[in-house]
Amino acid sequence: MDFSVVIEYFPRLMQGALTTLELVLISGIIGSVLALPIGLARHSRRLWLRAIPYCYIFFFRGTPLLVQIFLVYYGLAQFEEVKNSSLWPYLREPYWCAIIAFSLNTAAYTAEILRGALAAVPKGEVEAAKTIGMRQVQLYRRIMLPRAFGMIMPAYGNEVILMLKGSALASTITLLDLTGMARTIIARTYTPIEIFLAAGGIYLVISMVIIMLFRQLERRQNRHLQPIAVRG
Amino acid sequence: MFDIRGFGDQLWAGTLVTIELALASLLLGLVLGLLGATARLSGNRVARTISTAYTTVIRGIPELLTVLIIYFGATTVLMSVASMFGYDEYIEVGPFAAGVVALGLTFGAYASEVFRGAIQAIPKGQQEAGLAIGMTPLKIFWRITMPQLWRLALPGLGNLFLVLLKDTALVSVVGLHDIMLKTRDAVSYTKEPFLFYMAAAFIYLTLTIISMVFIHYMEKRNNRWVGRA
Repeated sequence: MDFSVVIEYFPRLMQGALTTLELVLISGIIGSVLALPIGLARHSRRLWLRAIPYCYIFFFRGTPLLVQIFLVYYGLAQFEEVKNSSLWPYLREPYWCAIIAFSLNTAAYTAEILRGALAAVPKGEVEAAKTIGMRQVQLYRRIMLPRAFGMIMPAYGNEVILMLKGSALASTITLLDLTGMARTIIARTYTPIEIFLAAGGIYLVISMVIIMLFRQLERRQNRHLQPIAVRG
Repeated sequence: MFDIRGFGDQLWAGTLVTIELALASLLLGLVLGLLGATARLSGNRVARTISTAYTTVIRGIPELLTVLIIYFGATTVLMSVASMFGYDEYIEVGPFAAGVVALGLTFGAYASEVFRGAIQAIPKGQQEAGLAIGMTPLKIFWRITMPQLWRLALPGLGNLFLVLLKDTALVSVVGLHDIMLKTRDAVSYTKEPFLFYMAAAFIYLTLTIISMVFIHYMEKRNNRWVGRA
């Protein structure tokens, strides 16, 4: 094995890593914005309001991400209406297709995490809020959501790692993310082991940074639950 | 069965390949998971380090990359090993074998954490009781730990299997004729990508639902004597 190729192509790999981070960040933001109403609807007591997000979540969690990407990238082109619409310049681009597929996918997983957290808010706190006369909106804004956000942090951190790993699938629709860039380099140098291992190393480092970041966030979100330090 | 534009047979053949791949990977993954958990909990420092490194690395890199590394790397590694023994012919690792190894490794890494949790949930006194009546460690594992392990680990393993089922789609990237590639063939012939990828999605959904029902049944069966006097 000859690891000098890795040094030679390292700047290109970093360029790919940047695209990967961009994909994860943008679809993470869009996905969590989408997840909020979906998760809230999923937590609703009305059956019809609960049923729609249930089907959405079931579809996106029950099918491979690869199918979802292909559905957006190849599938939408089947319809003339889509091709004639003003959105076509975006929907033609693999970059935006990947963002759409990843956002919809992570929204489903995140909504389910949020539902679990909302259901786990201690009953006494909800009752206390109702007793002092909080209305539904106030209850959610002041009690339910802040409590849920504190609880979802570890699970959401895992979801971000899964998204990072899922983003490698962008390479299947010709995007030059970290995996895509590695495959392009290999096509030229034919050193699959060295370049793929280097790419794997970069993914590992990114995962570890994400894990540390979420540990910090969790501590911040739950700082009111920490024991108070007594100063002498 | 179902037949869309005459491609029903092809999709069915792809479905069978997907199921075979999933089951073969499950088998390898369960073995690796048990080995990983045993190594992690053993007193041997080297075994513990190897197991920790294995789970950390595999869980931190994308499954697609694992598939690619195994598919392209296995040939190189196998050929260099073979040339040491004086065999210089070209050795090819097929996509199915590479897929089983890659997905098995992935499943094993996650499963070893599930098994570790399950082993730790079994009261230590039972092992000590086994030791006290003179059982060997292997016998303790076989007669005391194993039967309970299955029940404790099943919910976690069930979730992992659902993930594995979806990960099988990745092996189509290295050319395995599973549901995904059969769908791609159908799409290039009929030019109806949405229809066929939607059909593929529903095949995966059906497989997921069948697995969920089966896992639920197994869990019920496993817990049939729990909670009764």
